[in-house]
Amino acid sequence: MLNTDFVRVLHLDLTTGETRVEDRRDLWRDYLGGTGVAFRLLSESVHDDRDPLDPSQPVVFANGPLTTIFPVVTKAAAAFRSPLTGEYGESHAGGHFASALRYAGYDALLLTGAAKRLTYLVIDGDKVELRSADAMRGMDTTETGRVIRDLVEGAGHRSILRIGPAGESRIRFANGNVDTFRHFGRLGLGASLGSKNLKAIAVIGQKPIDLPADSRAYKKLYAEIYDRVLHTDAMKKYHELGTPANILPLNEMGALPTFNVRQGYFGEAAEISGEAFAEGELITKRACAGCQIGCIHVALYRRPFAPGWEYESTMVAYDHELLYAVGSLLGIGNRPPILRLIEEIDRAGMDGISCGTALAWATEAMEKGAIGPQQFGGIDLRWGDAERYSRAVAAIVKGDTEVGQWLGQGEVAAARHFGALEYVAAAGGQGIAGYWTGYAHVLGHLLGARHSHLDNAGYAIDQKLDPYTDEAIVDHIIADEAERIVQTSMAICLFARGVYDLGTIGQALSSVGIEHSADDLRSMGQRIYWERVRLRERLGFQARLEDIPHRFFETPTPRGQLEPERMARMLEIYQARRASALS
Amino acid sequence: MSKILAAPRMARCIGCDSCMLACARMIYQSFSPPKSAIQVRSRGGVMGRMVANICTACAEPVPCAEVCPTEALTPRAGGRGMSYRKAECIGCHKCVEACPVQVIGWDSEQNKPVVCIFCGQCVRFCPHDCLELVEAEVG
Repeated sequence: MLNTDFVRVLHLDLTTGETRVEDRRDLWRDYLGGTGVAFRLLSESVHDDRDPLDPSQPVVFANGPLTTIFPVVTKAAAAFRSPLTGEYGESHAGGHFASALRYAGYDALLLTGAAKRLTYLVIDGDKVELRSADAMRGMDTTETGRVIRDLVEGAGHRSILRIGPAGESRIRFANGNVDTFRHFGRLGLGASLGSKNLKAIAVIGQKPIDLPADSRAYKKLYAEIYDRVLHTDAMKKYHELGTPANILPLNEMGALPTFNVRQGYFGEAAEISGEAFAEGELITKRACAGCQIGCIHVALYRRPFAPGWEYESTMVAYDHELLYAVGSLLGIGNRPPILRLIEEIDRAGMDGISCGTALAWATEAMEKGAIGPQQFGGIDLRWGDAERYSRAVAAIVKGDTEVGQWLGQGEVAAARHFGALEYVAAAGGQGIAGYWTGYAHVLGHLLGARHSHLDNAGYAIDQKLDPYTDEAIVDHIIADEAERIVQTSMAICLFARGVYDLGTIGQALSSVGIEHSADDLRSMGQRIYWERVRLRERLGFQARLEDIPHRFFETPTPRGQLEPERMARMLEIYQARRASALS
Repeated sequence: MSKILAAPRMARCIGCDSCMLACARMIYQSFSPPKSAIQVRSRGGVMGRMVANICTACAEPVPCAEVCPTEALTPRAGGRGMSYRKAECIGCHKCVEACPVQVIGWDSEQNKPVVCIFCGQCVRFCPHDCLELVEAEVG
């Protein structure tokens, strides 16, 4: 932590309620924070031979050395054994969580065990308290946040991470909702918290941290980065239309996954574009603590509920991935139904992308007769029919039908059960993000530690790389992820990656008395990359062609139709890189 | 004429904490948002509206200056609000209680108030132009 030479870890055993604070110099020196620290703490405590939902499995959260004290350093990293894939789980969230944890006096939080009954945790500086959440059983994420805001003393400078009914019922892609509009979205952290009977974590951060005695360099650099963030093009996209700016250009190049990735073009893309939402529904933007961009685009979802001009309205945050996952992927080309599904999925506490890919799989499986409405409480899924999708979302959370129950395990498990793997659009066990650009996107999803497009930006490699050779693709995927590990160990929001090159990160660290050169940081990122691969392999990760579904070799991309033979060659190149790094 | 701080465009606020961090960093030598003379809050959670608790720069009599036993806080000549001389402050806490809008914070480490000095650092670091230094109107 700042002005010290250690990472302060708060351990909490939820079974006994015992806490312990540990100051780790080795973590400060070798892993910095965020991704590095979360991964390392998990590797020390995870049980290779136990189920992801076993109460003994750890869940780790970590902020970074630059959290909140520089612009757009807003993320917390979570590490856990993924309930969705069974292997390594890592997920990042913005909001105020990382910041509140920092000012509560901690750099990392390590949870083990399980509470006997539904519980919420309050961390208020040195005071750590477990309280009954019995009254919140089944409560959605919005209402849970509201109730806890009322119950927890202390105004402002706090954050509330909570799960919805989906996390309580261990839906394998349940998420953790942070401060209403941000999420530990992917890989099922919500189910892990549910398995610990932990409904929410409220963190109050009010501790004073002094600037260094000579703060001139720090103040100067802060102002420089602030000006780069706001007054250059580096982050323009994120505060104007936001990520939904991608919808139209992707669609134009045939890279917007549509109808369960059967095509890369959606005829109604203009209706669900960033431009259309901005003109029609956008009412405000919101930011994470210490980010002047405010990329959170909030829409007004307004609908009549009775004759006589009776309207109800709610605020729903949208972004590119959601517009893809419950828009083009399901063939929904109208904005209000998309907002409706986003809201329902979010309140239930599920990851929007994974819920969308599961529903897309189910729609196609039903269309082809692999599953039937009679196995799904009579819900006859149809492309573009939001009303039926809304019932399906509820049925997944409820888990009282065969299809609903299996969809709650993720579409890969469901597809195995029903014998319909040919409709799966997932790599490495998790549904893909909203790009259909080529080899690097698919390979990046498979090889990435979070099985996320943000691990290594394969979608961008597909769009920019020239020459587009097998070696170059693999090497870029590895190198980009290794560099992003440095950024996420800080834990800088990756939207600011253009502002925070390794040299700037080194300067920022130095201005607060932490010395790491750009070269040091680069090698640290590479070392952590391969250490994390080792942990992932311990937990069952393999880079295999079998984990890339048939669907991805059927649907043309802007780089042409993907060939299994070429993908296999890339995997061989990856194996060679792996062998030389881990030997 | 002296300038005072105003928050006329809070409907544009995105809740980024940048103003609080600027005040803490530039004036109070701290990384911590509670050490800021401007406090931005959401009323009704993040779905609610953003508000800024700031010094309203009372015209004379200035309540915080009135109760200050050492003239660390004094009314500003010919304007509104007060001047603050930290060296004179004995940490009696009376200004905090006297503030009619309860916006004077307290630095318990230094045992000194966290008060607005109308310097405009929060304005400089507001990305959405919510804040402004304006000429004080007296009377």
